[in-house]
Amino acid sequence: MKTNVNPGQVTPWHQTNWDWRAAGNFIGGGTGTGLLFFATLAAGNADAYRIMALVALAFVGAGLTCVWLEIGKPFRAINVFFHPQTSWMTREGMVAVPLFACGLAAVWFGGGIFVGMAALLGIVFLYCQGRILQASKGIPAWREPKIVPLILATGFVEGAGLAAVLTALLPGSGPRWLAGVLLGALILRRIAWTLYFRAVDKSGLPKKAMAVLRPFGAKFDMLGQLLPEITLVMGIFYGAVLPGLTFAAGLVAAATGWWLKYTIVARAAYNQGYALPVLPVRGQGEVRPGVKPGWTK
Amino acid sequence: MARYVMTVDLRRCIGCQTCTAACRHANATPPGVQWRKVLDIESGEYPDVRRSFVPVGCMHCADPPCMHVCPSTATYQRADGLVGIDYDICIGCGYCAVACPYQARYIVHRREYAYGDRPTAQEEARFDPQRMSVAMKCTFCSDRVDLAKEKGLTPGVDPEVTPACVNSCIAGVLAFGDREDPNSNVSQLLAENQFFRMHEELGTDPGMYYIFDKK
Repeated sequence: MKTNVNPGQVTPWHQTNWDWRAAGNFIGGGTGTGLLFFATLAAGNADAYRIMALVALAFVGAGLTCVWLEIGKPFRAINVFFHPQTSWMTREGMVAVPLFACGLAAVWFGGGIFVGMAALLGIVFLYCQGRILQASKGIPAWREPKIVPLILATGFVEGAGLAAVLTALLPGSGPRWLAGVLLGALILRRIAWTLYFRAVDKSGLPKKAMAVLRPFGAKFDMLGQLLPEITLVMGIFYGAVLPGLTFAAGLVAAATGWWLKYTIVARAAYNQGYALPVLPVRGQGEVRPGVKPGWTK
Repeated sequence: MARYVMTVDLRRCIGCQTCTAACRHANATPPGVQWRKVLDIESGEYPDVRRSFVPVGCMHCADPPCMHVCPSTATYQRADGLVGIDYDICIGCGYCAVACPYQARYIVHRREYAYGDRPTAQEEARFDPQRMSVAMKCTFCSDRVDLAKEKGLTPGVDPEVTPACVNSCIAGVLAFGDREDPNSNVSQLLAENQFFRMHEELGTDPGMYYIFDKK
């Protein structure tokens, strides 16, 4: 990994401490916990639940492995549990332990209280992920508070989308209402994305971050939202004739959720840069209005 | 209790980077890593153009986001306000680096040298393996500050217990001292001049005060 050095640079630059591996944690964590939640509701039988829950835990585990591969001192990883008072990363780690314990117990027993507990812990884990980003004050595209509902909404979409895919593949067809739930989750994600984008547009972002998010948003609205939404509506009305529509919509909904997270975490991660609220007096000059180089506002 | 801060008189800075060099010498930072660096900001349009030189680094915030997010408690805040890093605990996750709005933190994963692929004698002698793959940043030369009590000296007044960048500044731009002491050099400077703190709107309560005009 390159050292995060830019001597003398004033305008925001792309941070290099968190790369695709960090995005992988948010992708795996969101998809896994979302799927764990919807597996509770959508699995037709104990065996189907077991498979869906194992896939969900594999996603969460893969995400955490991505983080482990990124840290500078991987063999000190246990130290991540030291700061639950204020660190959302510690809290995420602390939730991950009972999440895996309950998830594996739920898989073992194929039902019972552990199923609900695993789903609940998954939501808490997902919330921690949103707060991890919000607490990153040095990255304007992450610290916007509306990123928390966006992370929650897209986690639910990815989970519901993958649940639609898996229930279609597993023996016994998935519940018909899953298409409606996925459509609802997509509408929530649309609202969350719109509110997030409006907020960062209003408060201002590094120009380079906005140059990533604005064109992404236009494509995401079409491919990530409209396309699966239309497909689902068609599936709800013509599902008997075209049974693959919910499957296809689920796949697109999940994949575009990953695209959204990769874009925000890995591509729009420009730092704060520097700013002067006023320009100092020099020589015979006077105080002048300040500068904030490289910002939209 | 003391609250050590730094003042930067922007009217005086000429961008000579002596503070940067002094810091690198005092702390043996690797190539490209500048715990104290000086920005050169050009602004305005001809003929009304300004050039500002702005020393930056860790602001030793009173409410440091880097410390709050640190999952290992490696980043800590001392009673005198200085923010430090315990290299033995840090896991190098980089969360502090993305939480810092001043871009003050560095993580170096492999040894690099100033000249070619072999270390100079100085680089070999001063290499600190503890600082590999962990977060590092300006300490306000806390090792010097710590000597003050033992030697009966005053940080910011006596060079032996004052940060290297402040000692080296040729234009009297940088000053260091106790903000809680109304008679300290920094309190006097802030009482007599107008100042701002960078990115203050983010609520970090930074400990570097930029003086821009007299009152």
